[in-house]
Amino acid sequence: MSDTPRTRTIRTDYLARVEGEGAMYVRLDGEQVADVKLRIYEPPRFFEAMLRGRAFGESVDITARICGICPVAYQMSAARAMEDACGVAIDDGPIRDLRRLLYCGEWIESHSLHVYFLHAPDFLGYPGAIEMARDHREVVERGLQMKKAGNQVMTVVGGREVHPINVRVGGFYRAPTRSELRTLVDPLERAREIALDTVRWTTELSFPDVDRDTELVALSDPGGYPIDLGRIVSDRGLDIDPAGFDEHIVEEHVEHSNALHARMRDRGAYLTGPLARYNLAGDRLRPTALEAARAAGLGPQCTNPFQSIVVRSVELVEACDDALALIAGYEPPGRPWVEVEPRRAVGHGATEAPRGMLYHRYEIDDDGTILDARIVPPTSQNQLAIEADLRAVVETHMHLPDDQLAHRCEQAIRNHDPCISCATHFLTLTVDRG
Amino acid sequence: MTASKPTLAVWKFSSCDGCQLSLLDCEDELLALADRIQIAYFLEASSATVEGPYDVSIVEGSITTAHDAERIQEVRRRSRALITIGACATAGGIQALRNFASVDAFTSVVYASPDYISTLRSSTPISDHVPVDFELHGCPIDKRQLLEVISAHLSRRRPRVRAHSVCMECKRRGTVCVMVAHGTPCLGPVTHAGCGALCPSYDRGCYGCFGPQESPNTPALSRRMSELGSGEVDLVRVYRTFNAGSDAFRRASEAHERDEGQGEAR
Repeated sequence: MSDTPRTRTIRTDYLARVEGEGAMYVRLDGEQVADVKLRIYEPPRFFEAMLRGRAFGESVDITARICGICPVAYQMSAARAMEDACGVAIDDGPIRDLRRLLYCGEWIESHSLHVYFLHAPDFLGYPGAIEMARDHREVVERGLQMKKAGNQVMTVVGGREVHPINVRVGGFYRAPTRSELRTLVDPLERAREIALDTVRWTTELSFPDVDRDTELVALSDPGGYPIDLGRIVSDRGLDIDPAGFDEHIVEEHVEHSNALHARMRDRGAYLTGPLARYNLAGDRLRPTALEAARAAGLGPQCTNPFQSIVVRSVELVEACDDALALIAGYEPPGRPWVEVEPRRAVGHGATEAPRGMLYHRYEIDDDGTILDARIVPPTSQNQLAIEADLRAVVETHMHLPDDQLAHRCEQAIRNHDPCISCATHFLTLTVDRG
Repeated sequence: MTASKPTLAVWKFSSCDGCQLSLLDCEDELLALADRIQIAYFLEASSATVEGPYDVSIVEGSITTAHDAERIQEVRRRSRALITIGACATAGGIQALRNFASVDAFTSVVYASPDYISTLRSSTPISDHVPVDFELHGCPIDKRQLLEVISAHLSRRRPRVRAHSVCMECKRRGTVCVMVAHGTPCLGPVTHAGCGALCPSYDRGCYGCFGPQESPNTPALSRRMSELGSGEVDLVRVYRTFNAGSDAFRRASEAHERDEGQGEAR
């Protein structure tokens, strides 16, 4: 500690290449990190209040509008929660397969966007992918091609890329025909090749040496890599049904953010998303993705958030491979939905959005009117862990000049693909060294 | 080199990001577009920003805070043409449901400490605040229409965007009418075209995400939907979604709300 403590402030007021509006603020007193804030200033939109008094079936279309990047995640968590309330479980069979296929499309679209457009420019030193394309056009083009395959899946199964129209509580309005799904095979096979290239390509990037020890939380699906259903588990022994969410996880409202902060009641910060899924369920990856991970030198555990770009690429292989398997085994259901009769009850639903677990809870009346709604998006859950990462990155990189430190901090935030629209919702970065 | 290219800026207000994502969803056209124009401000895609003024500004989202009400004035000052995209920017979006309720009640439902939240009592479209050169409807917008609107503005011609109803699009693509054939309530007759009549092609009634068409006859449609079994509460709900703040849908939902109230009084 110096006798004359020098204060530094590092701040970014408009964080770029994240979904939504946010800011970062870091203040250093000498060698001490005095304050770290990920500020989410995206204006609140009050979805939980708007849902009160609506019909239970409307939850799927209304909550999709929380996020244009991961609307399927909202539709799936809402549908599962409503079905749970009404005593219906769609845990296997052709409707579940179609849901998983649609979800794979969203993972491919969202992860391609993040890997190539939001994250890679940090490693290659460009402000964005359009600028990156001036020197690496073929790289950006393959990213776009893979992204397009994801969007094609969403369009065929869901009707369109953003806010699909074909999802309902109980299933789908119309099941795609086998020949409609066959049109996806070529693009998905190409996308799988690109994803494999992407794993190799991202492995070559240079990563700062950061090792984080945050509690990791993901769904656990005995049938495969977690996407659309499962129990909620962690690497510190948590193993609960989604109905137990409230008992173990609390949300707090803090002044600097329009997003609520979630934390484990007993232990504090935790992380959901690709790193958590990979560390907890990597052994359930299909062989193609697992081999790609091993060939890339990724062990069973990966605790460096900067390497999440590699893990996301492995998940891209998995999503393409899974989608192809689902299409190969597809038998159109006779009727693409099951009847869901409302009753006065509470229901819970948790699924894996591309950027982490998304939890919904609804209380509905006998006639299906929504009495109460609660939505906990992944970015709210990850916010404390992201701030802890920021603190760790500042502690190990405080020798850097302000602009480089700010950039490293922004990267530490983008590692987790925060979706600020989801969390309310907007992000701004400030580093304060006074 | 880039100085001769027209400049495009993309701005976000209260929204889900889906409409600006539609620009990045133009996978086949994006790089070609970037060759022809300079994307001068688009935070979701790049941290590099160029000071305005801009030839074309694309605005997503609605105005829900005092700060944003000031920010849109600045965006207008720096833009030669200002185009609003999506239901939030053109009608206030789903968050305009607050316009029908008390914001204080809304805030306390979501946030434990409502004092930390600063927000306006209503969610309003951009055109309530500044002059808008073109409004592109949809929740979300259609990306082909977005490309058409950008191209048209860059070459200073009128965008080819039809203002007729979704019904016309169903007829053109030969989709069997879900309301006539199956008795499924459908907002197609009063809803602005642009999606290509997507929902009926998936055996579902249109739910109005593109907002009202030019001259919607909502009372006639409501009568038909009542005959098909929709109650007043259902009718309030169907008009009160993503374009609840548009004049035509707001009037329709308020009319049904009054009828519902009278029903209760009787």
